[in-house]
Amino acid sequence: MTDPRQSPTETILASLPRRRRAEARFRIYGIAAIGVALAFLVLLIGAIGSKGIGAFSQAEIALDVTLDESVLDPSGTRDPETLSTANYRAVVRAALGEIFPEAVSKRRDRRKLMALVSAGAGFELRELVLEDPGAIGQTMRVWVPADDEVDMLLKGAIARESGRFNDKQLAWLDRLEEEGRIRSAFNWRFFSSGDSREPELAGILGAISGSFFALLTCLVLSFPLGVMTAIYLEEFAPRNRWTDLIEININNLAAVPSIVFGLLGLAIFLGFMGLTRSAPLVGGMVLALMTLPTVIIATRASLRAVPPSIREAAIGLGASRMQAMLHHTLPLAMPGIMTGTIIGMAQALGESAPLIMIGMVAFIVDVPQGLLDPASALPVQIYIWADSPERAFAEKTAAAIIVLLAFLVVMNLTAVILRRRFERRW
Amino acid sequence: MDMTPSNLMPKLTARGVNVFYDDAHALKQVDLDIRAHEVTALIGPSGCGKSTFLRCLNRMNDLIEICRVDGDIRLDGEDIYDPAVDLVYLRARIGMVFQKPNPFPKSIYDNVAYGPKIHGLARSRADMDEIVVSSLERAGLWDEVKDRLEAPATGLSGGQQQRLCIARAIAVRPEVILMDEPCSALDPIATARIEALIDELKQNFTIVIVTHSMQQAARVSQRTAFFHLGNLVEVGDTDTVFTRPVDPRTESYISGRIG
Repeated sequence: MTDPRQSPTETILASLPRRRRAEARFRIYGIAAIGVALAFLVLLIGAIGSKGIGAFSQAEIALDVTLDESVLDPSGTRDPETLSTANYRAVVRAALGEIFPEAVSKRRDRRKLMALVSAGAGFELRELVLEDPGAIGQTMRVWVPADDEVDMLLKGAIARESGRFNDKQLAWLDRLEEEGRIRSAFNWRFFSSGDSREPELAGILGAISGSFFALLTCLVLSFPLGVMTAIYLEEFAPRNRWTDLIEININNLAAVPSIVFGLLGLAIFLGFMGLTRSAPLVGGMVLALMTLPTVIIATRASLRAVPPSIREAAIGLGASRMQAMLHHTLPLAMPGIMTGTIIGMAQALGESAPLIMIGMVAFIVDVPQGLLDPASALPVQIYIWADSPERAFAEKTAAAIIVLLAFLVVMNLTAVILRRRFERRW
Repeated sequence: MDMTPSNLMPKLTARGVNVFYDDAHALKQVDLDIRAHEVTALIGPSGCGKSTFLRCLNRMNDLIEICRVDGDIRLDGEDIYDPAVDLVYLRARIGMVFQKPNPFPKSIYDNVAYGPKIHGLARSRADMDEIVVSSLERAGLWDEVKDRLEAPATGLSGGQQQRLCIARAIAVRPEVILMDEPCSALDPIATARIEALIDELKQNFTIVIVTHSMQQAARVSQRTAFFHLGNLVEVGDTDTVFTRPVDPRTESYISGRIG
């Protein structure tokens, strides 16, 4: 206890070092906490980045292809139907046989040789021919994607001794490399195609497009509904047991696990209303259910943050409640509402469980073009790839995560910029 | 039409006004007449109910959910608490200036033009310009802002903002202007300007002003009403209330012993 004879000044002076120590200690805890968080973040980003960076490049093999008319278009009509169903694999096989004549004699060797290039090499040639039928009959050097295992081998993810390649295959690859027929190119396919069973052909455009349509639906539904609900509750609703109940339920809704919303969507949108399975429209509706509470809560908070004096000023001038809201309170609350909505959207973008429940988890090769086309979504695509056994899908998974994170960062940045830009002082 | 000359009939009459916030009885049986083209000052210590009474006059208390108003308040003989009364019309006739200057975060022009715009008082852009200019002139702000009508109103000084709020209120051409401690956030020079302005405005408007400052009440008002603990203690000509108060509570308040 302090000596009662001490003057207050002395007591205060005596307590100062203790207070300063407490403050310094607290600061150290804070810095330590931030440090740990940052370390984990760096670890996470680093791990994903180092795993995923490989997916952005892809090994390609140069073939001197002869687009033989007798194989591709025996009738010589250049009919697109014939051209698109022609046997391009035979052309690829012939081109490989040119490089390795010794491998053509045995059927087993031929198969092993064909395994080095992607199953999609034929499609590549088809695209080329369909675009320019005049190329038929010519011989040209074409870079076709290598098989995913070859790609993995070249990236060092599979060891030469792993037993996945026999000695002949390894020798062929070495020769291709010596002849400068192997290169690593930027993997455009990853951004321009849908899913595929072949890792070297799989892309995320389908998933991005699915996510886009689902988010669009989600925004169109949840933004107006959420804002109007919030305005009604904040400005017009009487305070009674019913509105209290509604308020509690909205807050609870924000805490409901997303898979429950998925089940709800499955039961109501698909089961009861009979909407299309796997459609971004239904996915967006489910996500809207999830996002609504976020939008409502954010909107109410922003409306409440507008000084009441502004509203009073308008009402004192004879503005109706509606006018005071629409002319003054709502515009001032808009930056906050937009921030809340974007954060809600970002949450919805990262959500996979409810989409899985309504069937957006199917293997879909075509890039969805509209709200009712079957689609998957970015996080679901990550889930599907993470589940695939091929070694090459591991780096695709990480790359898809990088893309998803990039979208999230962009969205959150937009929220920050909008807030900065439109924030007004009063 | 009522044929009584307006200078004899009070502009506003309050009879038996009681206000409750939930269970708290904030205003008790207030009877008060407010005469046209005069400044009536409502004075009293904090929490005495003077602002509450002021806000009953244009039904601003309706915005407070827990607030209940009983009694009879009439504007030119019409009951303003009649369910048939349109609040928009009532508040267009009875304007208000608040304690803290509260311009909209818009341009100076838009602030003044807002009231006339929502009530459709201007038929053309030229009409509106004229309303804005004359309102700013009458609020004594024109010379200071004529070169920057499009500048944000929030960039003005506190005193200018309050005069802008007065200009905004008179742009609607109300009959009564309620002022809730309009100078409490201002320095003495700005206060003096507003007081001079109030004195001019009373020719065209009926003014009710709540003030903490007895000097201000004495300077600007013709009639003074003293509130204490929710009761209207005394009302009379300002000179009489300040020099020969009838009630001992009034006397102790104006001499600085309570409040």
